[in-house]
Formats: sequence, C-alpha cells, structure tokens
Amino acid sequence: MNRISLPAPLREELSTIAVDGYPYETCGVLVGACADDEVRVEKVFQARNLNTERARDRYVLDPDDLMSADLAAREAGLEIVGFWHTHPDHPARPSETDRQAAWDGYSYVILSVSGARVEDLRSWRLNGEGFVEEQVAA
Amino acid sequence: MSSVIVRIPTPLRGFAEGQSEIAAEGADVGAVLSAVGAAHPELLARVMKDDGQPREFVNIYLGSDNVRTLDGMDTPVGEGDVLSILPAVAGGAE
Ligand SMILES: [Zn+2]
Repeated sequence: MNRISLPAPLREELSTIAVDGYPYETCGVLVGACADDEVRVEKVFQARNLNTERARDRYVLDPDDLMSADLAAREAGLEIVGFWHTHPDHPARPSETDRQAAWDGYSYVILSVSGARVEDLRSWRLNGEGFVEEQVAA
Repeated sequence: MSSVIVRIPTPLRGFAEGQSEIAAEGADVGAVLSAVGAAHPELLARVMKDDGQPREFVNIYLGSDNVRTLDGMDTPVGEGDVLSILPAVAGGAE
C-alpha cells in the first residue's frame, strides 16, 4: 500500500476550506515530494472550481491555479504530488467522473463534508483502470 | 526555429528517462512537442492525440498562458520560452 503523509496543520487547512465551501465542492493542489512509494505533502493550495453549473457534485480545477501552484512548487524545490477535492454529503470515495480524469502517479485526496464538519478524508491513486486507496499518515 | 524548454510533469518523467525538463526546437507549440515526441514517443502519446491536439485531460502552458486561450498547438514560440505540460484536473462526487 502506498503511503501519503499529510501533516495535521495541512489537514486542518483543508478541513476549514471544505466546511467553508459547503454545500459546494472545493478543490486544490497538493505540493511536496515523492520517494519510492511514499508521498510527503508540504503545502496545500486552493484552486477555483470552474464548474459553476454543478458545483455541488462536480469540479473543474482552474488550470491557471494549477500552473501557479506548479511554479510555486518548482521555486521551492518541490513538485505537484496530487490534488484534493471535497464530496459534499457523499462518501470520500472516487466517483466514475473522478476516475475518467485521473492520471496514474498522483494522489487524489477526497474529503467527505457535511454541513458542519469533515466526516472522512481518504487518499486514492489510480492504478491502471481503477483506484487503490493509500494510507494517510500525519 | 526556437529553442524551448519543455517541463515534464512528475508522473510522465518515467517516459523521458526521468528528466523534469527537455530542451527542444520548433516554430510553434505543436512542432516543439512533436520534436520531444520523436525522442520520447511514449511521452508524446500521453500528451497529444493522433490528430495533433492535446489529450482531453492535458493542458499545455506557454509561459503563464494556457495555449487553448492562444492559438492552440499553432501558437508560435520564441527563443527561451517555457512550455509546461500539466494535467487537466476534474471530477466530483457524482
Ligand atoms: Zn470526487
């Protein structure tokens, strides 16, 4: 099983954005470093969700925000290691829509959020055709 | 012909001998990417379709501009420009 380390302050940063954004999906970029089968997240960025028509259950991460995160990552000697998004009132499991757009080699963190709080946070990696869950450590 | 730096996203570096950047020459975005693809066909297959357009879940940036907002693959490039290959990220709960 792959492992992703997401330190508590970053996890809280994501939780705050997720709850503030509810009932709409929020999304962003995970920046850090990879070594073998371990990913270490060092910074999280929020990106705009360009899907305004179905913002409750879909997201399109603003590519300009992704480009900015990539520049910031490279300047810090880091790299984009994955992405995060929320599932308002849905489990933290990837949907078919998530699978269609996903790339092998990135971590996809999903936060299940209800009105008041984050119910669950899980991380996934595409392995060929399907997602495999990875272990989230602090 | 201009010499351009092409930035490779982490998951595709395995198709480019681990390089994070590749220098290539061409007059426009499509020509530069094709030049990269001549040496790294598996990389190109993940970035461009057979018709020469970017794949659906790929964005190409010239400097800080998405080439989809310029002239796409026909956008001219200049000496020392930087092209970035990036994932187009989307999805949702349903
Ligand atoms: Zn999703």
